[in-house]
Amino acid sequence: MQEWIAKLNETFIESGYYKFMLEGLGNTVIITLGALLIGVIIGTLIAVVKYFAEDSKIMKPLAALCDVYVTVIRGIPVVVLLLIFYFIILTSAEGILVAVITFGINSGAYMAELIRSGLGAVDKGQMEAGRSLGMSKMQAMRKIVLPQAIRYILPAIGNEMIALLKETSVAGYVAVVDLTRAGNLTRNNTHDAVNPLMVVAVTYLLIVVVLSRLLKILERRLSGNDKR
Amino acid sequence: MISVKGLTKKFGSLEVLKGIDAEISKGDVICVIGPSGSGKSTFLRCLNLLEKPDGGTIIFEGDDLTSKNIDLNVHRRKMGMVFQQFNLFPHMTVLRNLTCAPVMLKKADKETAEAKAMDLLSRIGLAEKANVFPDKLSGGQKQRVAICRALCMEPDVMLFDEPTSALDPEMVGEVLDVMKALAGEGMTMVVVTHEMGFAREVSNRVLFLDEGVIMEEGTPDEIFGAPKCERLQSFLAKVL
Ligand SMILES: Nc1ncnc2c1ncn2[C@@H]1O[C@H](COP(=O)(O)OP(=O)(O)OP(=O)(O)O)[C@@H](O)[C@H]1O
Ligand SMILES: [Mg+2]
Repeated sequence: MQEWIAKLNETFIESGYYKFMLEGLGNTVIITLGALLIGVIIGTLIAVVKYFAEDSKIMKPLAALCDVYVTVIRGIPVVVLLLIFYFIILTSAEGILVAVITFGINSGAYMAELIRSGLGAVDKGQMEAGRSLGMSKMQAMRKIVLPQAIRYILPAIGNEMIALLKETSVAGYVAVVDLTRAGNLTRNNTHDAVNPLMVVAVTYLLIVVVLSRLLKILERRLSGNDKR
Repeated sequence: MISVKGLTKKFGSLEVLKGIDAEISKGDVICVIGPSGSGKSTFLRCLNLLEKPDGGTIIFEGDDLTSKNIDLNVHRRKMGMVFQQFNLFPHMTVLRNLTCAPVMLKKADKETAEAKAMDLLSRIGLAEKANVFPDKLSGGQKQRVAICRALCMEPDVMLFDEPTSALDPEMVGEVLDVMKALAGEGMTMVVVTHEMGFAREVSNRVLFLDEGVIMEEGTPDEIFGAPKCERLQSFLAKVL
């Protein structure tokens, strides 16, 4: 035990690599949150377009475009997307920016479906009541339907965030020092084959466990007091 | 005020409305009766274009609502609608349910809208419920609030789609009373209803809708006292 603590001290503290690991953790958090934000925005836009396309001819081509986007994104592994964005599309951007954008675009495709089913869970009569009062579709969406859909959508977004956090561990492919890559580099440079990766694994695990707990609480709240 | 000509509506291959003509004048209280599935709701929902008609015209205050270059949202503000399932906004307090649309659509500023809303609520005896959420209300209270929500936009006509059908029997009366009072104030109303007593007592004209057409129309005395067509006779025999 004492030996192990000494080893940890040597690998992380004395070498100064703990700073490096913290920086990696910071980048992982930045990529996850940034991508989540982009994903929510893209997902909401697609979901709203598809919601309206059900009874609007004008929206149909737009909805078809969204379908193409979702199909393409879902059909390509995220690492490949990441490489395409880094080496072909956003060649002059920094790795971390590329990672945020790529994971955001990727997650938007998945989020669209989640948000759409949330909107679909709100009674159709709500939109009609809004429209009958003279609200436009967008006004009724913003003030009436979306606020009610949130309680179906939030838990799903929480799950997506957990998945996203873990997915970002491939960001190292485009020269980003995220938590995983920081661990791997530490392993390389300190010749400690075990502890850096263990620390990385435990850190992910801890974050996921904490997020899951928070999510459980949130879900209970949202279903508990039904109408806020 | 509303003039409907040759209105048709299909759902897929199902022809629900097969050419409806109706004339609704200011101050009219028109009840629409007919068997289930005859197209009453569809007819009412076509009036404010919640359903898009396939053919015919709906002239509302001089404008053809079915024409393409018309801002429906503006016209809908002048047509209140009350739904069978109330459709109150569950995430807003009663007061916000009433003021939300007028404030959003800049019909009134917040203070004016709230004053108007409180006035409407106190008239139906629900002023003390202003700050509760709809799930704390009984069915009858919900429907009366829903009527107030529509009235808050100061509409020229009110459309009711079976406003009492989802209510427990003991709550039907309180909603009908509000509607009667409204009719008494001269509001133009189109009411789809199974409440024959209300149709008889309050309306000045009754439309009998069956198989997608208006089979018979007349004053309540004519419709209930001396029904001419056989289908109306058998319908009334069933419901009365
Ligand atoms: N959105 C829709 N899609 C397909 N069919 C529909 C739709 N709305 C109504 N219909 C059909 O149109 C017919 C008329 O319906 P409508 O709701 O207008 O009848 P109603 O006279 O109001 O009946 P009820 O007294 O039961 O309310 C019914 O056969 C119904 O199944
Ligand atoms: Mg109906």
